[in-house]
Amino acid sequence: MNQTPVVEARNIVMELGHGAGRVQALKGVDIIVRPGELTLLMGPSGSGKTTLLSIIGCILSPTEGTLSVAGNATAGLQPEGLAALRRKHIGYVFQSYNLFPTLSALENVRLALDVRGFDRATAARTAREALISVGLEHRLNAYPRTMSGGEQQRVAIARAIAGEPSLVLADEPTAALDSENGQSVMALLAELARDPKRAVLAVTHDTRTIDFANRIVNIEDGKIKGERKQKTKQGALRPEPKSSRAARIGNPIKQEA
Amino acid sequence: MVLTLAYRNLFHDRVRLTVTLIGILFSIVLVAVQLGLYLGARKMIISMIENANVELWVTSYGAKSFEEAGTLPGRERHLTLSVPGVQAAEPLIASFAEWRKPSGGSTLVVVVGTNPTTGALAPWNVVEGRAADIEAPDAVAVDRTYLENLGAAKVGDTAQIESTRVKIAALTDGIRSFTTAPYVFTTLDRARSIISMPSEQSTFLMVKLAPGADVELARAAILERLPGREVLTKAEFRDRSLDHWLFATGAGIALIGGALLGILVGTVIVGQTLYSSTKDHLNEFATLRALGSSSGYIHRVILLQAALSAIIGYLLGMAIALGVVELSAGSALPIVMTPGLAATLLGLTIGMCAISAFAAIVKVTKIDPAMVFAR
Repeated sequence: MNQTPVVEARNIVMELGHGAGRVQALKGVDIIVRPGELTLLMGPSGSGKTTLLSIIGCILSPTEGTLSVAGNATAGLQPEGLAALRRKHIGYVFQSYNLFPTLSALENVRLALDVRGFDRATAARTAREALISVGLEHRLNAYPRTMSGGEQQRVAIARAIAGEPSLVLADEPTAALDSENGQSVMALLAELARDPKRAVLAVTHDTRTIDFANRIVNIEDGKIKGERKQKTKQGALRPEPKSSRAARIGNPIKQEA
Repeated sequence: MVLTLAYRNLFHDRVRLTVTLIGILFSIVLVAVQLGLYLGARKMIISMIENANVELWVTSYGAKSFEEAGTLPGRERHLTLSVPGVQAAEPLIASFAEWRKPSGGSTLVVVVGTNPTTGALAPWNVVEGRAADIEAPDAVAVDRTYLENLGAAKVGDTAQIESTRVKIAALTDGIRSFTTAPYVFTTLDRARSIISMPSEQSTFLMVKLAPGADVELARAAILERLPGREVLTKAEFRDRSLDHWLFATGAGIALIGGALLGILVGTVIVGQTLYSSTKDHLNEFATLRALGSSSGYIHRVILLQAALSAIIGYLLGMAIALGVVELSAGSALPIVMTPGLAATLLGLTIGMCAISAFAAIVKVTKIDPAMVFAR
């Protein structure tokens, strides 16, 4: 397994706010995220985990410290440069799915590929494959308003992975889901992390997700308080993959009615 | 996908789309009517000058327009004809006079006295009778759209101009007057008789040059022989008439001002609706930004929304504007729609919508993609 880190963050300090209201959200964080792993970043509200995710995701620039994503240093990059880095190397899964309500599932995924510069035919084919790989072959043309939360989150995951990013970041991916759908989504993320070229980092405070992680990093009050590695239960959920993208991602999770 | 997203954003909220389209539509109709009126007025003001087959006009000093010029004493013609390169110098009379309707009442007309056989200026677009028919006794030619104003109904009807009896011998179509005083074509002698102008006098001399003659040289030579007169090229006389009627009187300013107002109203309405649409889709644009889209990609979505609004609004607006043009055809001030004006309106609409997109683009440029985590 290739162990070159996908994310290498050193001494990350992040100050938010202005004047008297200025606070230090991150106080010298070091974190490394390796491919082939699902890392959970856990901590209580206000601990700085979402701020750290935003920095690792090249959405925010740290006040101090250095960050490298897929071998690219982010220091000195302007917003357009950071956007290019996100486009090339990062896929996002949001707590509220953030799907485009006026676009179908297929179009939502195609849009992310269009942003990445895929041509029309390739984008359509790749988007379709990505949705099939997350078990949504029967919902390709469904609109978000007609889909359950679990289905919407799977569309969001398909959107995140369609461009083959080396880093998938998930922000509270199970927070808006019931227990069963939450487990399914975590199983899917765990399968994604089995790709030796890809790392998955999920921010969560949902303790039900712990079993799916290879590594758990605890953050509290803007500082890393510790981390531990563990064996996961993902293997039990994954029969032998059969083809192409499904082989890379794993078996689709249980379909919802 | 940019087009798909722009289209879906636009059609997602039908109420807002309707408001946007109504805004563009009214703006286009207003601008089309105002500019159409301007073009219509322009066409009427210069119709005589444009239809005269001559290169130079000799006028009394300070002539303001075709309808408002002094009198040339009469010796100008021979002096002008003596200039090398001058092929013909045809007198023309243009003067306001009172048309007395057979049924009573009167209206102001512009008597145009000309020799219809010289080819310099004769009634055109003749739809009943012939241009040369004005040479018959008492004969005049009028435009059929003015028949009702003149208290007449058809060729053969009679009336009186000042104290001279006239008989309608020919009808033209579309020769309308900006002053609302209908043009009445007749012969030079009859015109002189009507307005009591001494023989040999005229309002203008229309100068036809020999093929290859230099216009500027001829003009200079005529001016040398006619001190105290003006010699205008067709373009100069046209511009002077337009300046007088459209700008000195303020009529053109009002029309152009109305058109500018239409553009302003349209820009504000489209801008407001695009801005509110962008605000409504801000989370989506922030998501796009988080997914790594460039600012340019998002700007293209907004500009395409503006362009789609422009094209749909333009088509609807033009359909109504063409209806208004059709309705105005027989009115005192017909609205003119030309391919050039239609193209100008399309350009204006697209420009208006692009400018309207500015506020939305500024808003979206300031998007913090981190807001996707705040939901």
